[in-house]
Amino acid sequence: MDLGFTEQQELLKNAARDFLENECPEQLVRDMEEDERGYSPELWSKMAEQGWQGLLIPEEYGGVGFDFLDFCVLLEEFGRALVPGPFMSSVLGGAVPLLVAGSEEQKQEFLPSIASGDLIFTLAQTEPSARFDEQGIEAAATVDGNEVTISGTKLFVPDANVADYMVVAARSDNGVTLAIVATDQPGVTVNQLLTIARDKQCEVILDGARGQLLGEDGGGWESLQPVMQRYAVAECAYLVGLAQMDFEISVDYAKERVQFGRPIGSFQAIQHKCADMVTDVDGSRFIMYKAAWSINTDQEDTQMAVNMAKAWTSEATRRVVAHGQQIHGGIGFTKDYKIQLYYRRQKRAELAWGDTDHHRELVADQLGI
Amino acid sequence: MDWGDSAEQASFRAQVRGFVGERLPDFYRELDANRSGLDGGWQAHRASDDPEESGAARDWARALAENGWVAPNWPVEYGGAGLSVWEQFIFKQEMAEAGAPAVGGQGVTQIGPTVIVHGNEQQKEKYLTGILEGDTAWCQGYSEPGAGSDLASLQTRARRDGDEYVINGQKIWTSNAHNADNMYILVRTDPDAPKHRGISLIIIDDIHEAGVQVRPLVDMTFNHHFNETFFEDVRAPVSNRLGEENRGWYVGMTLLDFERSNIDSAILDRTLVEELIEYIGSDEGAVCARTGDLPTLRAEVADRYIECDVARNFGMRIASMQASGVVPNYEASTGKMFGTETHQRVMRTGTKTLGLYGNVWGKDSAYAPMRSQFTHGYVRSIPSTIAGGSSEIQRNIIATRGLGLPRG
Repeated sequence: MDLGFTEQQELLKNAARDFLENECPEQLVRDMEEDERGYSPELWSKMAEQGWQGLLIPEEYGGVGFDFLDFCVLLEEFGRALVPGPFMSSVLGGAVPLLVAGSEEQKQEFLPSIASGDLIFTLAQTEPSARFDEQGIEAAATVDGNEVTISGTKLFVPDANVADYMVVAARSDNGVTLAIVATDQPGVTVNQLLTIARDKQCEVILDGARGQLLGEDGGGWESLQPVMQRYAVAECAYLVGLAQMDFEISVDYAKERVQFGRPIGSFQAIQHKCADMVTDVDGSRFIMYKAAWSINTDQEDTQMAVNMAKAWTSEATRRVVAHGQQIHGGIGFTKDYKIQLYYRRQKRAELAWGDTDHHRELVADQLGI
Repeated sequence: MDWGDSAEQASFRAQVRGFVGERLPDFYRELDANRSGLDGGWQAHRASDDPEESGAARDWARALAENGWVAPNWPVEYGGAGLSVWEQFIFKQEMAEAGAPAVGGQGVTQIGPTVIVHGNEQQKEKYLTGILEGDTAWCQGYSEPGAGSDLASLQTRARRDGDEYVINGQKIWTSNAHNADNMYILVRTDPDAPKHRGISLIIIDDIHEAGVQVRPLVDMTFNHHFNETFFEDVRAPVSNRLGEENRGWYVGMTLLDFERSNIDSAILDRTLVEELIEYIGSDEGAVCARTGDLPTLRAEVADRYIECDVARNFGMRIASMQASGVVPNYEASTGKMFGTETHQRVMRTGTKTLGLYGNVWGKDSAYAPMRSQFTHGYVRSIPSTIAGGSSEIQRNIIATRGLGLPRG
């Protein structure tokens, strides 16, 4: 037992923090809200030079071969810096499904390019029903050997506007089936949604779109399980970093802002909010890392650990950013002040891959209540 | 990060689990999970008139003493087990999982360590063996009617008279004073000094002989655990003072470097939630528990289960820090506050789940679900967020000491 970071994790965390403070300043985050693509190709290639897109990819496929706990350490820093762009989409929605279900040939073909940042992937799973379960997948797939043809609408697909390929979940005669689908083809139409976090979630209309089979025909739902587990925990890691920063900004503000002749942070009404914030941030951090550790070491109760982490973190970080807004008073409501950037992005990650209600329900199921 | 045991930790765990499995008296195996409330625990059992209770308490203390496990954190030279932080953590975990009580009460947890750190040779010889062997029961005289959260404003006076202190004043919330032999007490020895600097820590031997008046303070569970204690020219030898005169505040605050995870509370709460879930699934639960009709309750029970895991992680964090030589700062306050507030939420959810049956206080009634554990706990858990530094005080500490916010 030990809840401290390894030396390698410390190094990764410090390197990431230094890098992102320089390369991903607040202005870039703001610029990307208005940007059509939603990411900076320059930052994207610098991140690839750091080896980040390939962090989870084994060395034999051009990656760095770190483990999932290390990856969450990095994502915590991404949340802190609010890094915009298709990083999670490409790694968790592309590399991970390929590692789980890809043939040797597919891994050779795609993984080195994902690691180098040359290819961007995303995962097209959810549909207008907005469900995360198997029933939510209704898009129709026809499988012919290794070729899959898909028709249907995918919704809330992150970064489809810049993705070269999508891993699409659709339903064939044999059940849920995954396919690797190039976005640049006549059968694919991508429409951006305007979202609360100004990230790039899209409607993807597939009309006879063609792709290659990923994994078994009908084996898609099983393949998606480890993907969804990792994605949910990754969103938790992002939320922990985001909430930590929101909390730090708020505490600093409470020390500086003077009303009634004293810093507002000297009032217990504010102090107790801050105490609750740090409790929620820390509580989220450990339950998230416990889930990451469970995935890493393939524990028997990994699914439960993941559900508990996303259930707790979604709500706890929401409380943190709400306190952050309240502590800031009127200034926090302005577009110019930075705290609002965290508030809006918290909601995106809270909802991604299931919010508290969704995961709590799964916890209750597993407890047999 | 690693939530699992190392090979050494696993082997120590197996040793403790084997020992508890073999030696824990049946009396403790049959107690309810919520045994840690205000019924006085091991100390009350030891003093009980019921020979089964007192016998079990004594047998268990003797069994633990064989391994030095009465005082797992004390150094071996003083008769403890000298366990490392993680060993203490595992020891507590296993004891809590089995419902085995720690023995020795405040003698082991509080005054013993203080004697080890601040006592002279004579005092160590006089007190430590009695604590370890369970011959002396101790109570603590800290709180006063006018000194609760602001403990340092205490007014009980000790005046020097030759080789003796003469003590006058009143203490309150004196746990187990009616079963105790000795008391360690914070008294004001210099009324003119700043409030933290005029306090001394004194031991009163045999309080009943010394003339300390003990009056029961029956609590809202109808239980006699607390007392008011009155001092009218009570005398104690100067040689019974621990540490320097007027430094008692700091002497009282210094504790041995013991493991502070509170992991046992997190485990108790998780056990309670698990027992509740088991009950909900039972035939009786199908009638008495309302989770079937009210899906929000089902969600609430799941929330409690998750919170117990958060509390457990807070405990592990503290142990991790201590094991790597870092003294926990605000983290200890976070653990205390979150743990006790979770405890109250567990009790609230339990009673809520039971609906009208949440009324039943009589444990032996045929209509008492789970022997009224949750109904009792609902009331008994009230002081958990008050004693030992209230939740408000903990939040103040987190904000000022932990986050560096300016004091009000």
